[in-house]
Amino acid sequence: MPQSMLKSVTGPADWRAQFPALQGQMNGRPLAFLDSAASAQKPQAVLDKVMGTLSGYYANIHRGLYEYSQRTTAEFEAVRGKMAKFLNAKSQNEIVFTSNSTDAINLVAHAWGLHYLHADDEVILTEMEHHAGIVPWHLLRDLTGIVIKYIPVTQEGELDLSKLESLLTKKTRLVSFVHISNALGTVNPAEQIVAQVRAYNPDIKILIDGSQSAVHMPVDVQKLGCDWFVCTGHKLYGPTGVGVLWGRGETLLKMPPYKGGGDMIERVTLQGIKYREPPQRFEAGTPPIVEVIGLGAAIDFMESIGWDAITAHEHALSEQLFKRLSARKDLRIIGTSPNRAGIVSFLMHGAASADVGMILDKCGVAVRTGHHCCQPLLGVFGIEGTIRASLALYSNESDIDSLEEALDKAGKMLA
Amino acid sequence: MGDLLPFSEIKDTFLFLEDWEARYAFLIDLGRKLRPYPEERRDDAHKVPGCTSQVWMAHSWQGDRLTIITDSDAHLVKGLLAILVALYSGKTADEIKAVPVEAAFAELGLEGHLSPNRRNGFFAVASRIEALAAAHT
Repeated sequence: MPQSMLKSVTGPADWRAQFPALQGQMNGRPLAFLDSAASAQKPQAVLDKVMGTLSGYYANIHRGLYEYSQRTTAEFEAVRGKMAKFLNAKSQNEIVFTSNSTDAINLVAHAWGLHYLHADDEVILTEMEHHAGIVPWHLLRDLTGIVIKYIPVTQEGELDLSKLESLLTKKTRLVSFVHISNALGTVNPAEQIVAQVRAYNPDIKILIDGSQSAVHMPVDVQKLGCDWFVCTGHKLYGPTGVGVLWGRGETLLKMPPYKGGGDMIERVTLQGIKYREPPQRFEAGTPPIVEVIGLGAAIDFMESIGWDAITAHEHALSEQLFKRLSARKDLRIIGTSPNRAGIVSFLMHGAASADVGMILDKCGVAVRTGHHCCQPLLGVFGIEGTIRASLALYSNESDIDSLEEALDKAGKMLA
Repeated sequence: MGDLLPFSEIKDTFLFLEDWEARYAFLIDLGRKLRPYPEERRDDAHKVPGCTSQVWMAHSWQGDRLTIITDSDAHLVKGLLAILVALYSGKTADEIKAVPVEAAFAELGLEGHLSPNRRNGFFAVASRIEALAAAHT
């Protein structure tokens, strides 16, 4: 059995030391990694778990009677339990492994939407959605003739919930919204939105895209009161290729399969097929075995630190990032809601974001430039893209110092 | 052609400069020297889809030679476009097909900018020029 490399972690500097990729350099400069909203770095414990599984006892799951397969199966299924606890689901059978958040939303759009939505049924999204929260419903609209409406976004970068009431009708079947905006950092009042929708009609289904929230705040799906919650492993310090769909037990039971294949059937005859119960019904074919097990190690890592310590550190650092960037005369901040996570989008006056991004790269500062897969949202601000700095539990003040120094340099070079 | 330094001179100057700041400043300068882009062609038909910057490209054939005019709202991207113009503009279709664009950028240490990863429209311009040459018989 491989020794876990997870040391007793006591403070943010120790947490950071657990991430080998952060110790490296970029373009000969110490790395300031400020693109965790796109994908987070991985701690040593995850790397060890992935390598340990592959080199130690790897085998396909749910099939073999031999020891390797049984052990891999047990570890894989244990992560289902960990994710259930992480999201406070009622049962681990409410946890479906997908390949990412996008895949999870597509699963709901197909397995539920294609079956239960018909022409003229209405779906309410928001202008703040990532394209993954929009495009699956457009595809469904082309197939079924549903109507898509959007909750507008204010110039502060908040959902204009005063408009929600007028969007809800007798035909509304689904409300789907992003928990934390990946482009602006705005934290949406999820419980308030759910309460307002439920008060209008408790039968309306609600999906929450938690791609950004699951990593920055404790999520309690029972308290949120939604029907589906999606998140993705690679933003949770885990491997790529694994995502999670949480669905309310009774809702999942009423959903037919999305993809067909092995491991999702009870019995196949030439006349008909009996499908397995959820979650296996939605997990056709060999799943991302090692990635799921690696995600389990990432959850263990986060829990070894604890939400209190993570949120205290991230909150203080987010506030510092926002205040320091807001104080600069050369920037325009896009999204100024006080309800925010560690994501700040901005433009530099008189400079194209691509130029700034390329100069920051040379200074060892990794940020995202572009539309962040949120073109409708940026349209609200009349812009094509932004520069986005985003934090994670391993971020520190010196990352923000490096960002500011690099911005100074970019300002001079592009003047 | 004729509105820019030839590629060989761009390369000599670029490699003479010692650090990335001087090289980027030179790129920005190259971009500024590009022939002004005609406003009537700043439309969707001439916009090259990209992710992180806006890029426009217009072309015309003067006999069998291709003239490229291009623009971007980003200075560095415009400088990179100027290198493409130096490599391709004023050439025949056959000459364009023979341009070792990847090797040329590698000589400047700028090959990363040709990767699709950059998604800045710049890669798409190179592809578009190659497609124009391929379609020109």
